[in-house]
Amino acid sequence: MTSLTALCTAVAIGVLLIILIYIAMQGIGALNLSFLVNDPRPVGEGGGIRNAILGTLLLLLLASAMGLPFGIAVGVYLAEFGSGRFGGIVRFLVDTLTGIPSIVTGVFVYTIVVVPLKHFSAMAGGLALALIMIPIVARTTEEMIKLVPQSLREGALALGAPQWRVTLGVVIPAAASGIATGAMLAIARISGETAPLLFTAFGSRFFSYYLDQPIASLTVQIYNYAISPYDEWHAQAWAATLVLMTMILFINIVVRFLTRRRF
Amino acid sequence: MDHHRHLDDELDALRDRVLLLGGAAETALERAMKSLMERDSELANQVLEQDDQIDRLEVEIDRQCIDIIALRQPAARDLRFVISVAKMAPVLERIADHAANIARVALDLNNEPELKSVVDLRRMSEHALRMLRAALDAFTAADATAARQVIQSDAEINELYNHIFHRLIEMMVTEPTTATRDARLLFVAKHLERIGDYVTDICELTVYMAEAAFIKHFK
Amino acid sequence: MLVSVSTISPNVTVPAREPGNIASLRTGAAPKVAVRNLDFYYGKMQALHGVSLEIPERIVMAFIGPSGCGKSTFLRTLNRMNDVIPGTRVAGEVLIDGVDIYQPGTDAVELRRKVGMVFQKSNPFPKSIFDNVAYGLRINRLTATPAELEERVEQALKDAALWNEVKDRLKTSALSLSGGQQQRLCIARALAIRPEVILMDEPASALDPMATYKIEELIVELKKQYTIVIVTHNMQQAARVSDSTAFFLLGKLIEINSTEKMFTNPDEKLTEDYITGRFG
Repeated sequence: MTSLTALCTAVAIGVLLIILIYIAMQGIGALNLSFLVNDPRPVGEGGGIRNAILGTLLLLLLASAMGLPFGIAVGVYLAEFGSGRFGGIVRFLVDTLTGIPSIVTGVFVYTIVVVPLKHFSAMAGGLALALIMIPIVARTTEEMIKLVPQSLREGALALGAPQWRVTLGVVIPAAASGIATGAMLAIARISGETAPLLFTAFGSRFFSYYLDQPIASLTVQIYNYAISPYDEWHAQAWAATLVLMTMILFINIVVRFLTRRRF
Repeated sequence: MDHHRHLDDELDALRDRVLLLGGAAETALERAMKSLMERDSELANQVLEQDDQIDRLEVEIDRQCIDIIALRQPAARDLRFVISVAKMAPVLERIADHAANIARVALDLNNEPELKSVVDLRRMSEHALRMLRAALDAFTAADATAARQVIQSDAEINELYNHIFHRLIEMMVTEPTTATRDARLLFVAKHLERIGDYVTDICELTVYMAEAAFIKHFK
Repeated sequence: MLVSVSTISPNVTVPAREPGNIASLRTGAAPKVAVRNLDFYYGKMQALHGVSLEIPERIVMAFIGPSGCGKSTFLRTLNRMNDVIPGTRVAGEVLIDGVDIYQPGTDAVELRRKVGMVFQKSNPFPKSIFDNVAYGLRINRLTATPAELEERVEQALKDAALWNEVKDRLKTSALSLSGGQQQRLCIARALAIRPEVILMDEPASALDPMATYKIEELIVELKKQYTIVIVTHNMQQAARVSDSTAFFLLGKLIEINSTEKMFTNPDEKLTEDYITGRFG
């Protein structure tokens, strides 16, 4: 039994490693400093993905700013107060939302934000990503909060704390590292989204940080380069993929460090 | 439940032991008086031999009580029982001691010419024996009412003692030649009177065990 | 329900009194807690049946009984901790200082400042030792200055016999303490807000004998200032620590008596059977 499960684990990790190594091998060629600090240039002139890197970061920031508070709040509600009928309905809807294809979310945001404003925008991109993020964060937050032992809540209640204080001051801090892990998972997930961004942030060959303008992102850029007929851009796509993966890995490490258990 | 099965076994064993001790005290008294009345020195020696055994039994009971308290932490009825037994054993041992002393008197007197029979002494000893038996029965049945009745009958023994005391003093004055022997008989009467008091103690312990009422000193 | 109080006096046994008419163990004073005909339901299941008793001030009262007899449920009705369990229902009165705490409009939060609780498994917050003890003080805003806060925390830790062991590491995590220390920390945390009644639900059952001994000593010391109610499944502990004992069985109060009487000559056969280990 042990050897069978060990074998499966080895296969799974092996596949992952193969992907990582392959990307690294393919991408390392085009990866250099100028690649990272320059904006895209027409074919043949080199160029880089600076705008895409910053664009992705900005989109992630926007999405987190909108999605995390909302998602965590829904998660807290479901865990602490969601044992009734209404809670059941909310939970069902949240689960349904998790399953909506991201392209559908993109089209949705296109309809309600891009069309009225008559242009693509970073804001719309952030919103689309946030909508994808919320159900994921909500569910993991709920699970983490449910893991906080009831005895902790009772201890606080017995000291004369009203319910809201117990939730804010004792339960959420106790679940903090778990919630952060869930948030990080959600961020990692949305940083790889391409389809919704196509309809909302659209992409750009220029550097911009205005919220009401289209903005580049690593995923869209990779897509655009990959389907182009130029070898040079293919190489740049590989390099960009490597950069994206490194970024996600980096976010993981930072979040793990920040939420290490001190108590 | 394992716990109470062990405890019940130990309590039963304790009860058996203390009744054994009671029986031994009874027998000692009976034989001692018989050895005196019937001038049977061999019987008297038997009583003296058995006294060691009685002492050992008392020590054993004492130890067993302590063990039960330390290891089983008896409560309520069980606790009262163990405490009563622990207090009763020395009393029974002292009763047996007094019986042994009566046997020693018998040994002394049997070497001397026979005295005029002192009927009252026989009556007193029979009464004491009856009381002892009744007290042990009341203890076995945890019958506080019966125990109280036995306590009442101690008055009779005291009365008999006073009567014998005056008779013997009179005899010692009027017939000085038998004075030493009369004095010894006076001691026997005193032993019997003390035995009566001890039997009362046993009854008080029985009342405590059954009803949790301390009636000592407050009769 | 038989309710009787007697002290061992020669040749006298005090007859059982009528329910609701129990004389206080201390002379004359009104009881701190008076419960009248309390029924308690978890949904459809009735867990307590017509429980009536009185708890005088500044004594230690122990609740004993086999598992599932309702003693913990009853304890938790005294500070309305059962409110957090959905589907529970209460009938009857629980009077603390003469006021029914189940009257509509009673502030349960306020009640819990007056009636503190210590739980079976110690539950310190994942914060520092200082912050644990200060929690109740902070949320109830009971101190005006940081200096006062420190003073109250120190006093509470001293009252819980923990100060000397932690005074040099107040800012370290509470979870680094041993089990017995954590429980004393929870007691300090409860004491800090100066409740009037302290409820303890099997406070020492998860502790080793030495730690248990310390907790028991603490309880005896605390009763000089507080009214203490302790649920315990350890009868010897009830005998060691309490002035008065109540025996519960299947949700009913079978007997309540002074501890001496309870353990030497209880009134009810059921009580005696339980105490001598014949069941439960």
